[in-house]
Amino acid sequence: MLKQTEGSKAVAEAISLCRPEVICAYPISPQTHIVEALGEMVKAGRLTPCEFINVESEFAAMSVAIGASAAGARAYTATASQGLLFMAEAVYNASGLGLPIVMTVANRAIGAPINIWNDHSDSLSQRDSGWMQLFAETNQEAVDLHIQAFRLAEELSMPIMVCMDGFILTHAFERVDIPSQQQVDAYLPPFEPRQVLDPAEPVSIGAMVGPEAFMEVRYLAHAKQMQAIERIPQLAAEFKQAFGRDSGGLIRTYCTEDAETIIIAMGSVLGTIKDTVDEMRLEGHKIGVLGIISYRPFPLAQVRAALINSKRFLVLEKSLAVGMGGIVATDVRMAVTGTGLKGFTAIAGLGGRPITKASLHKLFREAEGEALPPVTFLDLDWEAVNKQLERERQTRRSGPVAENILHDKGIVSAKFG
Amino acid sequence: MFQIRVHGRGGQGVVTAAEMLSVASFEEGRHAQAFPSFGSERTGAPVVAFCRISDKEIRLREPIMEPDAIIIQDPTLLHQIDVFAGLKLDGYVLLNSRHSIEELGLGELVKGRQAERFCTLPATELGLKHVGRPIPNVPLLAGFAALSGIIRLESVIKAINEKFSGKVAAGNVAAATEAYNLVKEMMTGGAHA
Repeated sequence: MLKQTEGSKAVAEAISLCRPEVICAYPISPQTHIVEALGEMVKAGRLTPCEFINVESEFAAMSVAIGASAAGARAYTATASQGLLFMAEAVYNASGLGLPIVMTVANRAIGAPINIWNDHSDSLSQRDSGWMQLFAETNQEAVDLHIQAFRLAEELSMPIMVCMDGFILTHAFERVDIPSQQQVDAYLPPFEPRQVLDPAEPVSIGAMVGPEAFMEVRYLAHAKQMQAIERIPQLAAEFKQAFGRDSGGLIRTYCTEDAETIIIAMGSVLGTIKDTVDEMRLEGHKIGVLGIISYRPFPLAQVRAALINSKRFLVLEKSLAVGMGGIVATDVRMAVTGTGLKGFTAIAGLGGRPITKASLHKLFREAEGEALPPVTFLDLDWEAVNKQLERERQTRRSGPVAENILHDKGIVSAKFG
Repeated sequence: MFQIRVHGRGGQGVVTAAEMLSVASFEEGRHAQAFPSFGSERTGAPVVAFCRISDKEIRLREPIMEPDAIIIQDPTLLHQIDVFAGLKLDGYVLLNSRHSIEELGLGELVKGRQAERFCTLPATELGLKHVGRPIPNVPLLAGFAALSGIIRLESVIKAINEKFSGKVAAGNVAAATEAYNLVKEMMTGGAHA
């Protein structure tokens, strides 16, 4: 049913339609509304059978999800930012044990400095955890990706993070088509675990593995993700047939056929990028967009094929590998090895800094002219940065960086208004 | 695309106003996108929320910097932040106040613009009268419907009934209806309250 609703509420409804049997929740902004809404559904008896477990921390949330999944239950949780970091040890265990948990990550920056706004630092910090990561462009896609994620996770017996931009998507009211229970039931069969803790047929889940077998177990995790490269487009095609819309898949191209310059990004910023590209197209610029939906597994061949006929690309990412540059850009450059394509990286939107069409117009034109350094920091206030650097040159006790920058910018504390 | 920015303070239903505006637009078969200025809302602190209305899918995710309309739920904000920043030359302004635009010293702002698109409305009083709470958001939405014609009063009432129920819904509908009629009267009377 088509409705105007908040992203978080829409995702909660989608999760409910997927019939999770255990939901473990610890509140952290900006995912709180999702688990709140699910808690209400369970309490009201609208989502049954399902156990909603309040836990004392994110570490416990993932640990309970692991236990539930190992016992054969369809398990779900959601988190963001420091919450994801706090559960990191259990995150690796969930994938190492091959448990098909689905988790929403309402993407948010990681502190310090403390900041509750959106970027992609949190889930990207778990890049090598063995979890798959799918990025939603809109709230509709967030809804649809969760439904596809349970199917894929359980087929492969591996966990998936569905990533949606915190606040920008989670708190946005927009039009979303919520499928019917019958549609979801037809697409997502009941969970048939590959392994289950059953007193009648005892097994060990989580046996210690020495050097003689560890590499094989790890390789199999990689092999599963390589299988996912095959399955993700198939599941998206099946989804389209059943639900009538394009959602998911590995990548999505926009105006790339004759594009000389291609902008690459993940998540909701693709919308602003597409609007900018539409305006530039009207002026005759040969520019297109490549959205990456599946960050893990990373679709190397598909990205290469999408870029191969262009002349240059710009990866615009809401993440920073400190001391190196782009995180997504590294993977994209790997994909185009040997093609001779020119590549640029723009770090943008960290800690919730708005990414505006005006800034993108300027940036994309510079990319077209190949007038960018290898790594650009979009809308960085160089005056503030240089002032602090100068302060550090002048004074040994230069003080806390965050406080100094706020002071230089004339801000008393983080701006909420 | 029509873009609206709502200013107010934490506790005044600023975010709810933008969301209800999007619901009212959706009821008319249009695409709408409402979102808050992301952050921790605290009672009394300045809060901003946004709403875009369009006949096609809305993909843009930047904050609204050049609004077609500005709704101000708390006139004390005029002294604190530049609530009119980026307002388009042909833009609308609806302000919660018993005083007129001129009395509020905003004559300069209106100069060179379409004066009939500037209006004040005693929305807090209407909220108190009909709902028993000094929440100005719903009367302002109905006033905005009257001022701009962008949405219909019936759609605002639909959004009210989706958000509230029982006595609260009825009170809000009454507040909205009076607000709508007040603004319409001011517009036809030519004199701004």
